Amino acid sequence: MTNVLHRALRPLRVVRLGRALAAALCLSLLAVVAPAFAQDEPDDAALRALVQEFVGAEGNYRDTSAIVDRIAALADPGGVSVLNTLNAGRLYFRNSDRVVFAGTDLGATLTMADPVTGEALGEVVKREATAIRVNNAVRRSIRTAMSSLTLLSPDRATRLSAAQTIFTNRDATNLPLLEEAIAEETNAGVLRVMQQARAAIIVANADIPEEERIAAVAVLSDRGDQAALNVLRQLAAGEGAVAEAAERGVSRIETAQIFWGIGQNLWFGISLGSVLLLAAVGLAITFGVMGVINMAHGEMVMIGAYTVFVVQDIIRASGNAGLIEWALPIAIPIAFLVTAGIGMGIERGVIRWLYGRPLETLLATFGISLALQQAARSIFGSSNVLVSSPSWMSGSFSVGQLNFNYSRVYILLFAIMVFMALILVLRRTALGLQMRAVTQNRRMASAMGIHTPRVDMFTFGLGSGIAGLAGVALSQIDNVSANLGQAYLVDSFMVVVLGGVGNLWGTFVGAFGLGVTNKFLEPYIGQGDAVIAKIIVLVAIIVFIQWRPRGLFALKGRAIES
Amino acid sequence: MFQFRKPVLGLAAAAVLATAAPVMAQEETIKVGILHSLSGTMAISETTLSDVMLMLIEQQNAAGGVLGRQLEPVVVDPASDWPLFAEKLRELVEVDGVDVIFCCWTSVSRKSILPVAEELNTVVFYPVQYEGEESSRNIFYTGAAPNQQAIPAVDYLMDQGVERWVLAGTDYVYPRTTNRILEAYLASKGVAPEDIMISYTPFGHSDWQTIVSDIVSFGSQGKFTAVVSTINGDANVPFYRELANQGVDAADIPVVAFSVGEEELAGLDTSALVGHLAAWNYFQSIEDPANEEFIAAWHAFTGDATEVTNDPMEAHYIGFHMWVAAVEKAGTTDADAVIDAMIGVAVPNLTGGYSAMMPNHHITKPVFIGEIQANGQFEVVWQTTGLVVGDEWSDYLPDSMNLIADWRAPLSCGNFNVATGVCGGAGAATP
Repeated sequence: MTNVLHRALRPLRVVRLGRALAAALCLSLLAVVAPAFAQDEPDDAALRALVQEFVGAEGNYRDTSAIVDRIAALADPGGVSVLNTLNAGRLYFRNSDRVVFAGTDLGATLTMADPVTGEALGEVVKREATAIRVNNAVRRSIRTAMSSLTLLSPDRATRLSAAQTIFTNRDATNLPLLEEAIAEETNAGVLRVMQQARAAIIVANADIPEEERIAAVAVLSDRGDQAALNVLRQLAAGEGAVAEAAERGVSRIETAQIFWGIGQNLWFGISLGSVLLLAAVGLAITFGVMGVINMAHGEMVMIGAYTVFVVQDIIRASGNAGLIEWALPIAIPIAFLVTAGIGMGIERGVIRWLYGRPLETLLATFGISLALQQAARSIFGSSNVLVSSPSWMSGSFSVGQLNFNYSRVYILLFAIMVFMALILVLRRTALGLQMRAVTQNRRMASAMGIHTPRVDMFTFGLGSGIAGLAGVALSQIDNVSANLGQAYLVDSFMVVVLGGVGNLWGTFVGAFGLGVTNKFLEPYIGQGDAVIAKIIVLVAIIVFIQWRPRGLFALKGRAIES
Repeated sequence: MFQFRKPVLGLAAAAVLATAAPVMAQEETIKVGILHSLSGTMAISETTLSDVMLMLIEQQNAAGGVLGRQLEPVVVDPASDWPLFAEKLRELVEVDGVDVIFCCWTSVSRKSILPVAEELNTVVFYPVQYEGEESSRNIFYTGAAPNQQAIPAVDYLMDQGVERWVLAGTDYVYPRTTNRILEAYLASKGVAPEDIMISYTPFGHSDWQTIVSDIVSFGSQGKFTAVVSTINGDANVPFYRELANQGVDAADIPVVAFSVGEEELAGLDTSALVGHLAAWNYFQSIEDPANEEFIAAWHAFTGDATEVTNDPMEAHYIGFHMWVAAVEKAGTTDADAVIDAMIGVAVPNLTGGYSAMMPNHHITKPVFIGEIQANGQFEVVWQTTGLVVGDEWSDYLPDSMNLIADWRAPLSCGNFNVATGVCGGAGAATP
């Protein structure tokens, strides 16, 4: 056992030894070079002269980019703060004496600071200063310049992004710097990217021994993403052993990418499914369990979304800026109670008079839906309201080559939690038991002493409350307006009908099935045409319902026949 | 003045006069119809246009009105309901007796009013950038034609080194036609079909995950890629949010939008969108004394110093002043006289120049490309050296390349085919 382990570790050790040697070599080199650097360091006159040149280049983006490149070539660490300021659009010059400064906007005036040292220089009226403007091309130059200036930065994330930029640019002049950084790097993740960047540079260099280039091709093949593929494809177009190795790498990455693509699509499908599940599960109660054709379901979703807006507004007005991050969790119970309350009101006021008359229920709930929409418009205005996303829900993370949005991941977790909670309520609580009893055999339940009208009210309230919860989640991914609910009504009915009316697990499977099918169809039809995918799914469901009128999971037994 | 033969007749005439008197009094004002949706999906964009018209009329009245008469705005709400636009236009002309109408946002609403405007022979100003392929005797197009917005934007990006193109739009006539023109234009510039990706989504699309990830993979094939977005309405909010979530950096894959202006950005956190582009003929951030005056007046009129101004508002500013100039030139509000007088009228725009009405009922405009800034405004990074004449019939589409519009006598035709020498080519909007 230990023997095997030893053998496995041996090549690793050799590599490590090699690396240590290289590091030592570089370090000694550095020691020689360092004094030369140190001599230039104290006076940043060269940098300051270049910074002053920005004044002349103002408005000419090509010239501005050229100055940025020269700042990078200067390798003065003071350049980092200058370029950061420029990138943020905060580099100005005073019109009177053309002195360049880093400005902070105070409304009518700007505070001036030294662009290199950050030393405060006083204030200036905004009209008397001109901003040095940047565009995308200048921003790209800045990023490239920053990559060489910050490759040795103490901050891990900065080094990582610098290494990524060098990988993308594949600029051979960065090679010595990169090798120095590789020798010093202690973080495995950053080191890997640096080595990939180095590999991307040396594969293209015919002067480098073939074995080393083939090894570099292997490094790139292991990276396995689109950027590595691009490098290898260029290489494979050539001839010789390196090109052959590159070609093997290309086919390996291409095969792997098919699977990553399927995985990514699967995730998109699951994520769409979780939205459908959230939207439909409330309807699975009001329509599925109670049999009410509830056209006002979408409006419960909308009210839930507006609840988030109101909660955020109240928090903002109260001045607790820190709480705004937690507005969403706070809104969850409130949205549930508000929509459940409105739902119970509707049930008591309208629907209970119409049980057993589906057409009239349909018309009545449709009327309610229009009234609620118009009410929302009167209260909140006809345009969309802005619901902010907490910072913990923005951005994304990657696993391999799969990309996950935080917001979508949280919505998936939330959907599953809501669904599980609902199952628990139905299976494990007295209310759930009574609900099931009433839906299975109303008269018998009544005879057993269950107060069926009250159970109806609570059931409808529960379904509406869950729709409100869906609204909380949807406020993060969709526009919050009076029309929000309408967009999800048809989808919700589709899911419930497909899954099988009256069966919650059917809704679960239906939602995820629909989501995944939709997302798998989307890329293969036309040119990413989202509409046609939806039409095909709709037609497929209609055909399916012809074949299995009760949906995927039909309830069996006598109760359903009546 | 009147001599009555019989007292009975005199009485009758007096009665007629009595009823006519208020009509006479009303005719002392000139009525201006404002036909913009104040409710429904387009209200977000059109409400400000209605308000800006009220402001312009108020200013004109304060300056003495037109032909010595005061202007009277008549505001109606077509509620984002396309057929209702035509009904409301008829109502404005036949019931309210307006002399000019400032109307519409979407192309479909313009198509809806077009036959009615021609039937009733009224003057209509349309202030929004559109797909072209139309020229009507009764409509004056003060928004951009494709060659005043889309084509210069593509030229700019080509100049920046873009080689691959994603044409993403909402599924209706404006994006479809614009993308057809752009596709033909790109092909004429030697862009291969496999370097163009086209995607259409419905109004209000919200799940952009797949499309944005497709854009990212399309854009990471080693060639510099840009997205040309004709996505309209509130679908832009989740689209830009998804771009930010998937870390699409404007320096890598810039998105240039034709329907996103200051108004649309007002509801967005733009810090993640810095560097994405928009092409317009006006930006609020343009430094010009006329513009500063306009913005200050707008803030005073709305009572809100955070209200933004945008391109279609400037188009109405230009259109309104052109109409005033044409009426004063013609000395009457009569539609035929005003339509004839309008051609050649030049008025100052808000970007430091003059815009003139051309014989094809389109105007000359400068084109600006702006990059989104963290404060929700645009910064101009490129502009045309001179003014661009709106080209109603695209030169890049086979069925319209031979067509021109010229409403001056003796040609007076909206779709004259220069190849056959006949008025009434393909896609004829008017006889």
